[in-house]
Amino acid sequence: MMQSWLKLTWVETKLFIREPGVYFGLAFPLAFLLIYGSIYGNTPSAFFNGRGPLDVYMPAYIVMVIAANAFFALPIAIVNYRERGILFRLQATPLRPLNILSAQIGANFLMTTAESLLLVVLGVVFYQVHVTSAIFGVLLAYVLGILSIFSLGFLLASVVSNVRVATFAAVLLFLAAFYLSGMTIPLKIYPAVVQQIAQFLPMTHAVTLLQELWSGASWSSHWADVLILFGLLVVCMLASSKLFRWR
Amino acid sequence: MRPVIQVEHLRKVYGPLVAVDDISFEVHTGEIFGMVGPNGAGKTSTVECVEGLRPHSSGTLRVLGYNPQKDRYALRAHIGVQLQESALQDRLKVWEALDLYASFYPRSIDQAELLELVGLSEKRNTRFAKLSGGQKQRLFIALALIHDPEVVFLDELTTGLDPQARRMMWEMVRAMRERGKTVFLITHLMEEAERLCDRVAIVDHGRLVALDTPEHLISGLGAESQVIFTVDGSPELEPLRVLPEVRHVQQVEDRVILSGNNGSDTLLSSVVQALPTSGIRYRDIRTQRATLDDVFLQLTGRAIRD
Repeated sequence: MMQSWLKLTWVETKLFIREPGVYFGLAFPLAFLLIYGSIYGNTPSAFFNGRGPLDVYMPAYIVMVIAANAFFALPIAIVNYRERGILFRLQATPLRPLNILSAQIGANFLMTTAESLLLVVLGVVFYQVHVTSAIFGVLLAYVLGILSIFSLGFLLASVVSNVRVATFAAVLLFLAAFYLSGMTIPLKIYPAVVQQIAQFLPMTHAVTLLQELWSGASWSSHWADVLILFGLLVVCMLASSKLFRWR
Repeated sequence: MRPVIQVEHLRKVYGPLVAVDDISFEVHTGEIFGMVGPNGAGKTSTVECVEGLRPHSSGTLRVLGYNPQKDRYALRAHIGVQLQESALQDRLKVWEALDLYASFYPRSIDQAELLELVGLSEKRNTRFAKLSGGQKQRLFIALALIHDPEVVFLDELTTGLDPQARRMMWEMVRAMRERGKTVFLITHLMEEAERLCDRVAIVDHGRLVALDTPEHLISGLGAESQVIFTVDGSPELEPLRVLPEVRHVQQVEDRVILSGNNGSDTLLSSVVQALPTSGIRYRDIRTQRATLDDVFLQLTGRAIRD
């Protein structure tokens, strides 16, 4: 069973690489890094408490990579597979349903991680971005963030019936991530009600948690973000398990 | 012969719609068992319940000794399926598909040989989306056979294929039987069932209306041959009905079909003699050997349609 799961995950990863449209997940954050990097550089500024702007925003761009794959690549692939009977054909084998679906998540996890690493490497090479010294904590927060945001994308795949609706919903969710999670625009500038709405998005807490841990903050001061990310993960997975359709 | 599939009083309902209504049959080891009927007759629902891909509403199912619902994963290792509406990932190459599906089963057969068998050796590096309809179907056959299953389910195998590709599929199905496999074939093409199947179950409106060998079903009509002609409107057919050689007269749209009594070889001549005095204006008269289409027509009163 493990062997078939690994094989399916590997095949799905190869298919991901062959799909030209999904490089959006990398292209958008990469464009942001290059544009903002070329305008502001990474010179420490008083506005960021003596840190470079890209040092602060690198973790946010990683969440942008996660969101792009969570809302575009993952659900659109699953909905397409369902619409065309690809899932149904896989279901007619001894594979367990959980293996089929978790292979999709595995492939997207691998690609998101590869894209995030590339983004960090480019940031270091071009703009001398400081890589966090708390690597273990950041990785753990990254895994929690990715699972929580992917579960929202998976819920999207469970409730929509065709690729066109999935694409529309993906754009809305990505725009919410882009504007309301603090990954580009500081949340402080919004009215209180918008800030409250933003608290329901896993992206907001992933951005906060990754930014803070990246800059050396401790877990104990951010247990609320951890709890909310975990809670949203559980809620989305439970809802998906009720709503998911194979065809 | 040992039955590999036992279906007793199978029912499948979708809300108010009764798709399968009390169907019972057995499939024996090593036969090509056909299920025919018009689209929407309940064929696919029946076979998907048997495969364990859909829960049935009531009735008893047994496939290779397994309960298709409770033991679905164990059963799937022993059956091969070609589904009516399914696809593979567009950018998946032929060899990758075989390699992937082989990994799902505890044992699998040689992939190069299998590609040779279905005639796709030269396409092994081609992506699924680039294959023709016939090539896709052959790849699905290869996937259905990759784990050397005991029973193979084929659902509308040749729909949408040209006649040449269709005949190639038929040869492949016969080859499966020669390798000792049991084949459960679903088709709405009566000709396909007649040429290929050892036994045929005819299904209409979710019910089993006949089950026998194609030869028995046709000879059961009592008409080895038929006379057919074309008419305008609905002429009075009584003058033909009273002929001693004629057993059955039926008009389907603009065609009148006369079936002869068993062993009667004077059907055509007696009909031709009677026609001028009958007042029926006819054209395009011909004889035809009875087929499964005629069996369906007689059992249901309707012609089967593509």
